[in-house]
Amino acid sequence: MAAGRSAGGHRGLGLRPGQSGPANAAALTAPEASEAKASSSTTDHSKLEALDKDFQTGPEVTKACLTCHTEAADQIHKTKHWTWEFVSPETGQRLGKRNIINNFCVAVSSNEPRCTSCHIGYGWKDGNFDFASKENVDCLVCHDTTGSYKKFPTGAGHPNYASKEWPPKSGKMRPPVDLKKVAQNVGPTSRQTCGACHFYGGGGNAVKHGDIDSSLGKPDKDLDVHMDAEGLDFACSTCHRTDAHAIQGSRYTTVAADTDGMVVPGKGNDERATCRSCHGERPMKDEKLNDHTDVVACQTCHIPAFARGGIATKMWWDWSKAGRKIDGKPVVKNGKGEVVHSMKKGQFAWAENVVPEYRWFNGEISYTELGDRVDPETGVEINSFGGSADDGKSRIWPFKVFKGIQPYDAGTDILAVPHLFGKDPDAYWKSYDWNRALSAGMQSVGYSYSGELGFIESEMSWPITHMVASKDDAIACDGCHAREGRLKDVAGIYMPGRDSLKPVDLAGWALVSLVLAGILIHGVVRVFSAIKRS
Amino acid sequence: MSRIYLFKRFERFWHWAQAALILTMMLTGFEIHGVYTLLGFETAVSTHTTTAWALIGLWAFAIFWHFTTGEWKQYIPSDKPGRIFAMAKFYAWGVFTGDPHPYKATPERKHNPMQRLTYLGIKLAVNPLIWITGLLYLFYNSWGGVLAGADLQIVAVLHTVGAFLMLAFLVAHLYLITMGETLFAQLKAMITGWEEVKE
Repeated sequence: MAAGRSAGGHRGLGLRPGQSGPANAAALTAPEASEAKASSSTTDHSKLEALDKDFQTGPEVTKACLTCHTEAADQIHKTKHWTWEFVSPETGQRLGKRNIINNFCVAVSSNEPRCTSCHIGYGWKDGNFDFASKENVDCLVCHDTTGSYKKFPTGAGHPNYASKEWPPKSGKMRPPVDLKKVAQNVGPTSRQTCGACHFYGGGGNAVKHGDIDSSLGKPDKDLDVHMDAEGLDFACSTCHRTDAHAIQGSRYTTVAADTDGMVVPGKGNDERATCRSCHGERPMKDEKLNDHTDVVACQTCHIPAFARGGIATKMWWDWSKAGRKIDGKPVVKNGKGEVVHSMKKGQFAWAENVVPEYRWFNGEISYTELGDRVDPETGVEINSFGGSADDGKSRIWPFKVFKGIQPYDAGTDILAVPHLFGKDPDAYWKSYDWNRALSAGMQSVGYSYSGELGFIESEMSWPITHMVASKDDAIACDGCHAREGRLKDVAGIYMPGRDSLKPVDLAGWALVSLVLAGILIHGVVRVFSAIKRS
Repeated sequence: MSRIYLFKRFERFWHWAQAALILTMMLTGFEIHGVYTLLGFETAVSTHTTTAWALIGLWAFAIFWHFTTGEWKQYIPSDKPGRIFAMAKFYAWGVFTGDPHPYKATPERKHNPMQRLTYLGIKLAVNPLIWITGLLYLFYNSWGGVLAGADLQIVAVLHTVGAFLMLAFLVAHLYLITMGETLFAQLKAMITGWEEVKE
């Protein structure tokens, strides 16, 4: 765990990881407790009367938290963690988890109790959730230090308060959470608390991002030079700093080219979620390498591959193969234990150590929104990225490109929202009837389904920025400066080693060949005439 | 037979050091251009850059030497075009029929009229092309003023043109030096400084 930092909301105490303070670490009972560093907080929560209760539910704990942290719920209410909504200032598009359609589990609407097990609140089980409720803010999911607080996968954000079986029919029981213990041991966020949701985005470990999975819980230096548990031991919040619970560095507003230089107090911009906010514009010893920073994002060379932590990331998801068993089995795994077919979800492909795709990126992302016309001939780009060699604000970035096949309404040519989860017969995972699932799903977002089922190829791209390798493992020059290098498809720049002007090369070699041929002929004639003369 | 001292010690040092540097730059240069892989891109670039600076240093001395000794006059083209014609005729015909070499070198006029013209062309056209584009290439990221926004491709392509011209010269040069008084007379002269000439 990342001790030594102030609790969320108390930003900027100037304490670095590793710096010790008054000890209440003895109170920790998590497995990591033995290696936990002393907390520097001025409050020992186990001494607070408000927390010395046998809490029955999460919201009861939140009420207790709010007796001291009076503004915390209001702060959370303004964040994407709570609203799952984001309006892009560039495109005006209404985005966020609540609105976008992706090519993983497609959409939240009508599937809330399942998806919202990663919401920072309690009880978002359908379209009627009260977003103004303070007590429904879940403080513990981010501030737990015991490792024992887990939202129940289908509990709409609640942990299980009684012993409960998971996965269903597995015979494995999840013990109830000890809310008092968790509440009395709250502390700063950590790789574990952030990871509890973000490692598992897309419905499982390593599924979504490619550069974020549970291997970052306790990474070594090879996997991530900053998070290295034995070294710098960064928490997520070391870079993704917070102000009033708002977290810096969102994918929705990616800073593709940070030209503000290092973050220094008084300089205005205190955004630290970019490489350059700490490393500056020209951080390398070799000036020729520094000359690259106006074209290439740091990540492009310093993250040679993603899914490097020994856990494969999902690269392909074909929903059209769902609803059937293979050889009588609803779930088929490959030799490595990765699920490659699931009756519920379709067909998957996984990969480790994936070389990213590279594109110009200027920070502008636009999404194919619900209701946008899609073309089954060309497929659909779930999101597309702005940028070019000459707009002055782009860098070449690495991307995970996630492809798949997903349902769409072939009658109206728009992407479809499937109702997947639920006990009702419309839910796809109950009846395996796409028409019923799409009808219910579309209705939940105010659309009516034409009844014409189609499947469309789709592609969604994810900028890669985590799993930063140590500098010795950065991509060497010839990774890109080669005829068939990593950047072979990146247009708009002349790259030595990759590019040449073909006619000039042809003319050059022709000239050299002509001279050579002339010499050969001249030499042969010379030799024969010399022999003849003698 | 008599011997004349054609190439002084500095001149020979300059020639061979330059030859070694240019060969290295050609080898690394065409690797950087993506023609083959030999040292690896990174080593090729650093070697190319280091030898470039070494060659610039050598040149500074050579130019100084040429002007202080008056040797620069060796590259003034012959004022008699007929002499160039005579040289061309020798290379195209005389060398096959066993004609005597039409040019008698002296320390004051050590290069034949065709050499004079070729070396002048290299010094006034090919070298500046390579050096100007090479330095621009090297300092690409510091371009400002009129160059700001210019395309690296133009510079890179012109640099490549220079490299091909230099390679063509090198190939021709290696052959033409065998057409002195004897096969190795000119090579020997550039090594020892002395050339044997017929009376």
